[in-house]
Parts: sequence; C-alpha cells; structure tokens
Amino acid sequence: MTQSANAVSHASLTNNTMIGSPDVVAFTKEDEYGQTSPEPWDLPEEFSVPLHPLADSNPWAKTSYAKFTKDFILISEFSEQVGPQPLLTIPDEPKICGTFDLNYFSLRIMSVDYQASFVGHPPGSGYPRLSFVEDSRVVLGDSKEGAFAYVHHFTLYDLEARGFVRPFCMAYIAADEKKIMLQFQELSLRFSQASECLKAGNRRAFAKELQRKLQDLEYTHSVLQREEGLQREAGPQCVYSAHAVEKANELANVEKSIYEHRDLLKQICSYHRRPRRDPQAVACRRCMTECLSECEELLDKYAKLAEPVSHSEKGGKGEGGEGWLDDSRGEEEEDEDGVKRRPSYTPQLIKAKSAKCFDKRLKILPELCEGTFYEAAVELLKETERSFRGDLCYLHTRRLDKALRKNLRVVNFLFEEELDDNAEDESGTLRPFCAVNHSVDNHVHLNSPHIVLGPDTTQLHPSKPQDPLNVASETSTTRQSELGLGESQLESSPSDQTLETQESSEETKGSFSSDKSGLELAEKRESMASMISEGPDPDSDLTPEPDQNTDAGRESSSEDVETTAGEEDDGDHERDQTPVSLLEVASELDDCDSLNESKLLPPIDAACCMPQEHFLHEASAPDTMSSVQQNSHPKPSQILVVNQEPQALLPVQGEYTVGSPCSESPPTSLELPVGLLGDVASQTSVEEGSDCTLSASTGSDRAASPLGYGGTVTLRERKKAGQGALRFVRQYPFAMQALWCLLRGRTLVVIGSDEGRVRRLVLALALFVPSPGKCGERVQAWLSCPLTLTDLLRWKLIGLQRVGSPVGSSLLYSLSRYSRYISILDVDMKTLRCPPYSGRLLANIADHRTYIRRGSTFFLHIQSTLCRLAARAFLFTFTHHLHLPVSPVEGQEVVESRRRSFLQEQLGLDKGDSQVLLYLSQLITQQYLWPANRSSFSFDYTTSVLYKI
Amino acid sequence: MLRWILGGREAQGSLEKSPVLCIGEEQPKNCFTELQVLKGHFDIVRFLVQIDDFRCASAGDDGLVLIWNIETGERLQELRGHSQQITAITTFVCRSDVTAHPSLITASSDRTLSLWDPDTANRIQTISDLQSSVKCLLVLERLSLWVSGGEELCVWNKDFQLQCHRQQHSDTGITALIELPKNCLAAAMDKEIVIHRLTLSTDSSVSVSEIHRLSEHQDQIRALISVNDGLFASGSHAGELILWDSISWTTQATMHILWEESQASTQTEIRLGAQKPSEMSIQHLSTNGKLLLAAVGSGLYVYNVVSRTVVAYRKAAHDSNVLHTTLLSDSEVMSCSEDGSVRMWEIQDLPLPAEPASAGFFGMWTFGRSSKQSGPQSKKVVDIPNLRTLELTGDLIGHSGAVQMFISFKEKGLVTCSTDHLLILWKNGDTQSRLRSLALFHKLEENGGL
Repeated sequence: MTQSANAVSHASLTNNTMIGSPDVVAFTKEDEYGQTSPEPWDLPEEFSVPLHPLADSNPWAKTSYAKFTKDFILISEFSEQVGPQPLLTIPDEPKICGTFDLNYFSLRIMSVDYQASFVGHPPGSGYPRLSFVEDSRVVLGDSKEGAFAYVHHFTLYDLEARGFVRPFCMAYIAADEKKIMLQFQELSLRFSQASECLKAGNRRAFAKELQRKLQDLEYTHSVLQREEGLQREAGPQCVYSAHAVEKANELANVEKSIYEHRDLLKQICSYHRRPRRDPQAVACRRCMTECLSECEELLDKYAKLAEPVSHSEKGGKGEGGEGWLDDSRGEEEEDEDGVKRRPSYTPQLIKAKSAKCFDKRLKILPELCEGTFYEAAVELLKETERSFRGDLCYLHTRRLDKALRKNLRVVNFLFEEELDDNAEDESGTLRPFCAVNHSVDNHVHLNSPHIVLGPDTTQLHPSKPQDPLNVASETSTTRQSELGLGESQLESSPSDQTLETQESSEETKGSFSSDKSGLELAEKRESMASMISEGPDPDSDLTPEPDQNTDAGRESSSEDVETTAGEEDDGDHERDQTPVSLLEVASELDDCDSLNESKLLPPIDAACCMPQEHFLHEASAPDTMSSVQQNSHPKPSQILVVNQEPQALLPVQGEYTVGSPCSESPPTSLELPVGLLGDVASQTSVEEGSDCTLSASTGSDRAASPLGYGGTVTLRERKKAGQGALRFVRQYPFAMQALWCLLRGRTLVVIGSDEGRVRRLVLALALFVPSPGKCGERVQAWLSCPLTLTDLLRWKLIGLQRVGSPVGSSLLYSLSRYSRYISILDVDMKTLRCPPYSGRLLANIADHRTYIRRGSTFFLHIQSTLCRLAARAFLFTFTHHLHLPVSPVEGQEVVESRRRSFLQEQLGLDKGDSQVLLYLSQLITQQYLWPANRSSFSFDYTTSVLYKI
Repeated sequence: MLRWILGGREAQGSLEKSPVLCIGEEQPKNCFTELQVLKGHFDIVRFLVQIDDFRCASAGDDGLVLIWNIETGERLQELRGHSQQITAITTFVCRSDVTAHPSLITASSDRTLSLWDPDTANRIQTISDLQSSVKCLLVLERLSLWVSGGEELCVWNKDFQLQCHRQQHSDTGITALIELPKNCLAAAMDKEIVIHRLTLSTDSSVSVSEIHRLSEHQDQIRALISVNDGLFASGSHAGELILWDSISWTTQATMHILWEESQASTQTEIRLGAQKPSEMSIQHLSTNGKLLLAAVGSGLYVYNVVSRTVVAYRKAAHDSNVLHTTLLSDSEVMSCSEDGSVRMWEIQDLPLPAEPASAGFFGMWTFGRSSKQSGPQSKKVVDIPNLRTLELTGDLIGHSGAVQMFISFKEKGLVTCSTDHLLILWKNGDTQSRLRSLALFHKLEENGGL
C-alpha cells in the first residue's frame, strides 16, 4: 500500500499520467501518525517524495494548470435528489475558484466515498437502525483540474432523508499536492473539529426533529383512536367493514411508527456511548453531557408519554363497555393536558406523504445543524483556511518560527509580535472544539425550554476515545483489515464500519418506505374522515386544526428568518474581514518580493505560486497586468455553484449558498474599500522608500490609516513600519539617539503639528519599543493633552500634538516639567532632545548611510539585531553571579564590578549599550516575576543634549 | 536649553527665576531612580502615617484611608466609613501583654472619630456624636490615653471612653497638641499656647485643667513641636519662631525670620515691597532633637537648639510654600512644597567662608512687638562665623499638584502624597533591581528552571 501511494505521488509530481477517475493519491489512518514522525512537520516515510522531481525543474509547473488562484475549502453534499452538489466555499467569494468547475469536482470528491447510508433491521431488532459512521479522510488529486484535495466525509442525520442520513464532505482544495500531504494531519485535525461541531449540532437538531415527529405521531394516534371509537359507537355491524379495517391498519402503522421513532431517539441518545474509533473526534465534554442529558430527558418523556397512550388505549377499550360517551370528553382533556405539557410545539396531524421524494424540500445545512453550531463550524473552517494560506515553504518556516518562539517565552515578549493562542494548539493537541464556547457562559445560546443545563460531568461515559487501550486495539484491527483489503480500499474510505453496514441497506429501506406509504394512505383517510365524522365536537377539533397549522407554519418560518439573519450577519462579517486578512497574507508573503521583482518567471506561473493580491501591493507594471489578467477570469465563476436545491425555491436559501448572484459583491473583491486603501498606502510607502528622497512631507496630508494600536499589530504593519523606520534613519542623523532612548526605556515624545506625520513616525518607531504589549499598549500614536505622570508610566512612545493655544502652553509646560524622564523629538523643527548616546551597538541599525533600500529588508535587519540583543539580555538576566554575591563575604561592589566587566568585556558593550541591556534585563525580570504588568518606572538623572539636523 | 519648548512661559519664568535655584537633570546624589504611582484616592491626599516598617496609611479629603505596602506598591486595605474629609490621623499602638498591635485613629469633618484595624480594615470603634470636628490628635502612650483637640479638648482612654473634656473659648480651637513632661500638654490656640495638666486620680479617672498660657506670639501659631525632653518650639504665621523650656515654660530663644535681602543685593525693589505674610509663615517644624528645621514661606531655616545658633538657611528653597520638611540626618534635609516638587538638601560648609553673609540676611533677635513694617529697622546684620549652606542635591518631580506630605522609609523608599490625588512611591532603582534579581533566582529555583 505504501508503495502504491508512493507510486501515485510520483506520478502526480512528474505530471505524466493521472488517472481519469478521481485518483486517490493516498489515504491514511490517523493512527499512523505520531508514532512514525519525531518532528511534527516531518513526513511519515510513506509520504516522502523526491525533493527534485525528475524531468521538470520548474517548481511552478505542476501548479500552472490549476484553474483557481488560491486554496479554498469546499463543502458539498451528495443530494439524494440531484446528486453531488457544491454548497459552500470558504472563502465565500465567487472569484476564489476561478474557472474551476466546482460541480465537477464535487462529483469527484463525493464519488470517492459515498458514505454508505444505511438503515436496516439488523437481526434481532425490529426497528430501523441509525448508522454511526465515522468520518473518513482521503487525499485525492485531479490531474485535469490541477487540483488536489484533502477530503473529509461525514454524514448528518435527517429524518426526512433517505435512510435518515445525508452524506456531506468538506474538502480542502489546493494546487499543491505536497502541501496537502504535509499538512494532512493538521488538516485532518481541524476538519475533524469542524465535523464534530456540525455533527453535535446535527444530533441536537435531529433529536428535536424526532421529538416533533413523535408528538405529531402521538397526536395522530390519538385522533385515529377517537375515530375508531366513534366508528365503534356508530355500530358494531361496521366494525369489520373495509373502512374499519383500514382504520385499524392505519392505527397500527402509526403505532409502529411511534415505536420506530422512539427507538431512533434511543439510538441517537446512545450516540455518545459507543466507542469512537476516531481519535481526532473529540467533542467538548460539557456539550456532550448536555446533549446526553437532554436526550435522556427526551427519552424519559417519550417513554412516559407513550405508555399512557397505550394505556389509555387499553383503558378506552376497557371502559368501552361502561360508557362511550365519556370518551370524547376524556380525549379532549388529554389533549388540553398535552398542550399544557408542551407549549413549545403544537402537534400536527401527520399528513400523507407525497409520493415523489423530489417534491420535498431537503433541509439545508444550517437547518440540519443548529445555527450556532453551523456558524461555529464555518468559523472554524474559515480559520483553517486562513491558517493554511501561503505556500508550503512559508507555512513551514512559520511553523518553525512558531515552534522556536514557543520555547522563548521568557524573552519573546520584548520584540516579537504576540503569538495568538489559538494558533498554538495546532501542534496536535486534541483540544475539543466547542461551538457554544463553554468556557463562557452560554445560557443565551441554549435557552430552548426543554434543555437542562449543566448536569455533573460525572455521568460521562467511561469509554472515551482517549482510552489508550481501546484505541490501540482498534488500530490493530484496522491495520489488519487494511492489510486484508489492500487495494480495494484505495477506492473507498478506510472506515470499515461503513463497509460492514453496507450490505443490507436496500432491503430495509424498501420495507420502511412501504411502511411509510401505508402511513400516508392512512393519513389521507384519516384527514378525510376527520372532516366527515367529526360530529360530536366540531369546535374542539376543527378549530384548533388550522390554528395548529398556522402555528407550525409561523414557527418554521420564524426559524428560517432566524437562520437567515444569522447568515446575513455572518456574511457581513466576512465581508468586513476579508480585506484585512488578504492584506495579511500579502504581507506575509512579502518575502517573495525579490522573486516578484526579478520578473524572470512568466507571470502566470508566479500568479499561481502566490496569492494574486500580492501583485497589487508591490506592483510594477507587468505584474499589475498579470493581476488584471487574473481578475478578468472570473466570468464563469458565478455559475459554478449550485445555489439552490432544485425543488426548494425558498427565497432565504440564496443567502446560505456561495456565489449567489448577489449584486453587491463586486466580481473582484480585491477592490473592496479597505483593501484598496491599504494597498495604496503600502504602495506609496514603498515608493517613498525606494526613491530615497528625504522629503518627509510627501503624503503627509494623508493621515496614516488607523492601523495597529488598538488591535494586534500584524506582521504586515510591522513591515510597513520597517519602511518608516528606514526613512527615519536615513532622514535624521540623530536617529541613533532616538532609537537608543526607546531601547533603554526612556519615553520618547514625538511632537509635531501634523497628525499624519507624527502618527507615521510613531508607528515606525514602535518597532523599537521593547515589550510594546500585545496590542501596542505602550505606544500612544496621537495625544493632544498635556502629559501627566501616568501617561509616562503607561506609554514609552507618545505622539504629541503641538498646539498654539493656551492648551499648548500648558502642554509645553508639562513637557519641560517632566523633561528629565523623556526625550523629545520635534518633527517640525527636526530636533531631538535627549541624553547623549555613547555606544556602538546602534550604529549598525541606525546608520543613515545604510545600503538597505527596502522596508521589509530593514525590518528583518532590525529584527535580527534586536533578537541578538534580547538573547544577550536573557543571558545577562539569568546569570546568577552578575546580580548576586557568590559568597557571603562578597560585597555589593564586587558584584557591581563583575557585572560591569561582563557587560564591557564579555559582551563588548559601552555604557550606553549597557543601559539598553540593563533595561531589557529589567523587563525580562519583571515579566518573569509578575507577568501581570506591575508598573514601575525607572529613570536616571542625566543631562540632555539638543540635537539638530 | 528648554527655551525652545517653553516659548510663552518666558516672561513668567523670569519673574520667579532669579531666587529659585535649579539643579538641572544631572543629580548624581539623587538615589530615587524608580517610581511607582499609587492610585486610589479621589481627592487631595493630605496625610501619611507610617504603620510599621513596610506599611503606611494615606488619608485625604475623600474620607478614605488606604493602607499601602510600600515594598510592592500594593494597596492592602481600604478603610471606608468617613463621609467627609479626614482632618487628623495617628497611629495608636494597642499594647497587650506580649504583642503591640498598631491601629489607626482617624478624625473627620463629619464629627466622628474612628479606630481601625489596618490588618482587616475593620472599624473597631466609632464616636459619632461629637460637638465639633477634631483638628488634632495626640496619643499619650505612657498613660494609655489619647487626646483630641478641636473646639474642645477631650481625653479618651484606649477603649474609646471619654475620660474628661474641656471647652475652649476660642474661634479657632486647638490646632496642634504636644505632650510635655509631668503629664502636661501644650495646645496651640490661635496666638497662644495653653498648657494643660492631666491629673490621674487613684480610681483611674482623669481630669484636665488649664494651668498656664503663653502669649508671646504676635500671630497665629502654625506649628508646634516638641524638640527634646527639655525644649519645645512653636512657629507663627508672622515668622516668629520661639523655643520654650518644657518644664518652666519660659522662652529660651526667639527668632523673627523676615527673609530680608542683603543691602548688597541689587534687587532692592523686592526688599522694599511689602512682604506677604505667607512668605514668612512658619508652615512646618521638624527636629531630630538637635537641629530644628523650619519651613518658612518657601524657604528653609535650620537652627541648632544646642548651640542656639543658626546653622543654615535658604530663602527660596522652593517656588512656592514649603508644606512639610524632614531632617533625614544631621546633614540631610528634605522638603516638599506647593510647587509639586520634593527637594533634598545637604547642609554643607560654605565653599568660601570669607563671605558667609552674602547669601542674604534675616532679622533675628527681634524681641518686643515688632511688626512687619518695623522689620527692616530692627534687623541686624549678623555675621555668624559657622554659618553653613543648604545645597540642593536632588529633586523629585512627579506630582502635578502640591506635595502635601511625605514619609521616608529609609532605604526602602519615600512616599509622597499630593493634591493631584496620587501617592508616589520613590525608590532606589539599584536596590530594587537587586531585590528583583533575588526574587528572580528564587523563583527560578522554585520552578526548577525556566
């Protein structure tokens, strides 16, 4: 099997032959991971591909024929009405898939593993069974489309669907096969989370649906019973008439249906009890217990409800001899009682099912899973998509970087941007994802009346998937089965559970549908009968009936509205967010600049290797052309996705699906306002930097965009700041002193009358503020009131407005008052007032004759210098004898001199540089001792000097 | 140097510039290189009291009393209960057999007196039906009694039971109280110092009686302090500083500090202009038993009570009135002022002993009823051979309002409180960084590595 996988991947890389059918590249079992790979990003043996493909040396060649420009996630369904159809792409933009044929690809991926949906009567049980199918994970490639996909199949339950199951799949589609193969484990993990989330929501929805159905059935049952009673009352002679027999059959069918549904409910409740073979399918414990208790409650309720019905049935029969007249009254009472008991839902008579299954409207995905869960899953997928942006090389370096930085927690707060905690779990820890976010109080989400919140966690089922023994035994069995099945499994999912359940599906389905048809007939009859024979109490039954109908209708419609609203919100959200994230990616890929500039590669190839927005940022003419080319493609993209399910023409549905001919979304979403602004800004900044004019006033009227400070500072912004810093360094001969002030923790006040200029400068200088805080809390870009001591404690870099009014004089007074604590950089007069710097360290980064021309290069240069500095500070901080006496006889002076000699001789730092190091060391110490910032402010008393250009 | 920044303040600055000295930013002797701002008050903070060697209490016009750990800067407790500004606060040590438990007595404008436990923030005792608000408190530890002064003088025992009281017939009431030997009390009331004697009868009841009045001061008495066992000193609004014998209540020395400029000075217009009384008002007195330090207007005046000589003085020590002073040692002086700064001084020998009087003159030995106008006539040029000078060694700038008071915790730091509602904890940066390093390696050891 390993060999075959290798062979296939060889084939795919050399681009020679690709099998026409969905060529399954390789599949894997989750248990094969973790054992083989010592490094998380290392490939298991069987996935290793030759580093240098044989024939083609052009690395972009294999992706050149992909018809989409960047990776995306596709959710499709195998609809029982129309077959495979795409439902949703993430990101939700029509242009994302270019000319890529989503319908065709859906067909491909759905045909790999059509999850055997199955309901049958296993021997020994009289009721249809739900199949608990584990998700399956496949990687497949399509040579024609140039697409490779990680495909994750899962099934959801739907009472109205054939066999109660609806097969779905989520696919991560990329042009680079290697990327998918290397990221397989993580993809699998993330998609499992999303799938678990959807399934959890689906189980809840399914249980609710069952509950309604049961109520309907019981109601129908009671009505039928009453009719039967009436008939009997009418006369014993017609008890054996054909009509009566039909009625009795109908009743029996309804009863059977009740039992079946009750059993289904029991089954869905037992969902959590079964051992999971999928180690990645970890659900939130609290969600699980909640769901479990909810189900149990339902189960109890219907076990109880059902008994009285059957009991009253008997009772009715028994009482029949004593007085028939009471019956109707009793029924009515019970009805009232029933209404009282469940005010949330008014049961309906089960209508006859329409025979054509194509007529019915299948539920859409957000309906199948509860809205919250659906949204959470989509959010999870969006996050997945975001985190997998960029090419493999980029992902790899980022991961390395992250892994390294994780080990440097003690110092990386100084100059590195903050790692977000979400991204940290990706190393494979199985943290269950919870849709309703159980760390937060989620009562708001779960306020449907019949849900009991928070039972003890003690009732969790013991056989959790984490059970190592269990997993081990299972893996061994799966191995065996794999070995046995060998090639045959290449074509389908490795989930042997589906295989085992596939056989007898036909027969059971048939039998069940016949059941249903019987029921339908009965219902028709029944409804007719109710029209005719509702003699004794017309008000009680006739009037409620339409009421109930409208009620139900209202309910469902309101539900629709709800979900739609949610979707719309979501859409807005997405629209808001996308540009920002696009920018992020572009900046992340900034390193490819050189590539881009060299223009050696044909534009189309380059376009494929990196997201196209990139060209807009760093654009030179040919590149923009290529991007225009790219953008002119998407004409057919709108028609690619089936927006609506064929028969269901509800207006709300368009909202759910992708690429609906929504007029407000422009064909090239790159031109969204925010993105555009950002692009222009970055473009100009690049220009300003590259032509090296020292005119600081260019574009000064254009206020810097309100980036950063307030939100996390992205890498892109930091690189842009690098450009600003480079300009500052080249422009001001005393830049070194200013940077030194920042690095040694002396607050720098940038004063100027032009807000844009001050803000830009502050943004640039913020790179040099040690420990700027997660959101740049130590930096204040624009302040127009007099400084106070608290400001000085809070901020290390302040942009201050120069004003001429009385406010201005008090502002200047405050500056002079606190002048001993601050350095003042006057943008208008181009002066700097600060203590003189003596040292050599900063000459390296603040050389105003530097040959560095690009902001991002300069940024990296700064980073490396600061990183070295941080490392030294770390060494200094944690070297015991530099701070404390070695022996009790040693005085403080000895330690002092030892420290000085260490700084001067071993680290080669002059006095000024030593101060920088001491400040950094102090920050490290404080961070280590009290991570929750305890604010103390240290300074020294030295004379300041006024520097001029 | 700062002129380019100061801009419009030029004229104003020149007006007050000449007499006020400016140390600049180079202050090698200033060891306070780290500060921490303690927030919590909502109004002017007027009082600071040291509870033990790491805690202090602050109280102010918001009626709050806050307990601080000055090692960490943490706010330990919040004593809430007074509805109006606090007018007096003192520590009161409840001595049981073995332990001495410090507690706090506070007096407020809401006419209540409270006893607090600073550990738990419990209000142990409260007296709320006072006829007038209390302006000063005095604890007589030896007798386990405490005295409150306002419009009436009340003596309380440690259980907050009123032992006796005495109505004072004065508009201002008692503004200051000190303890004198032989169970006597000196109370400053307007222009007089009234000596009271406490009589403890055998049944542990206490009575208080007025036995003497000292009426040497021409103006309202602003400061009253007991120097040592034999002497106490008082200072008035008009700049009269009188040293009294604690037992015989006789005048030992009288000085009238007028802050006159020397004739040699070119700035005659300042001398001739009528001086505002506040310029010579004695705001605060402090002593270490040997030296007496007076805050006179915006100046400082150091007097040796043993040799009865002036040690050093500086007329323009601050830009504005000095509010609180401390003698840190025989040569170190600290003062805070309405100008928002705290200054540290060193009493140094004059660099050129040949011209000791060039710095300025002051009228002294002015017996009799000399008014302000009579000052210039009565002053004598006194050439004091061993006159030394107060050299500014450092200043602490941080508060944006008048610094009301400060307490020094020796090497642990200095706490200042101000009208800007803040307290600032000033520390020696080197010491702190050493302590932090110690803590770091301690934690490292605890954690067993990084």
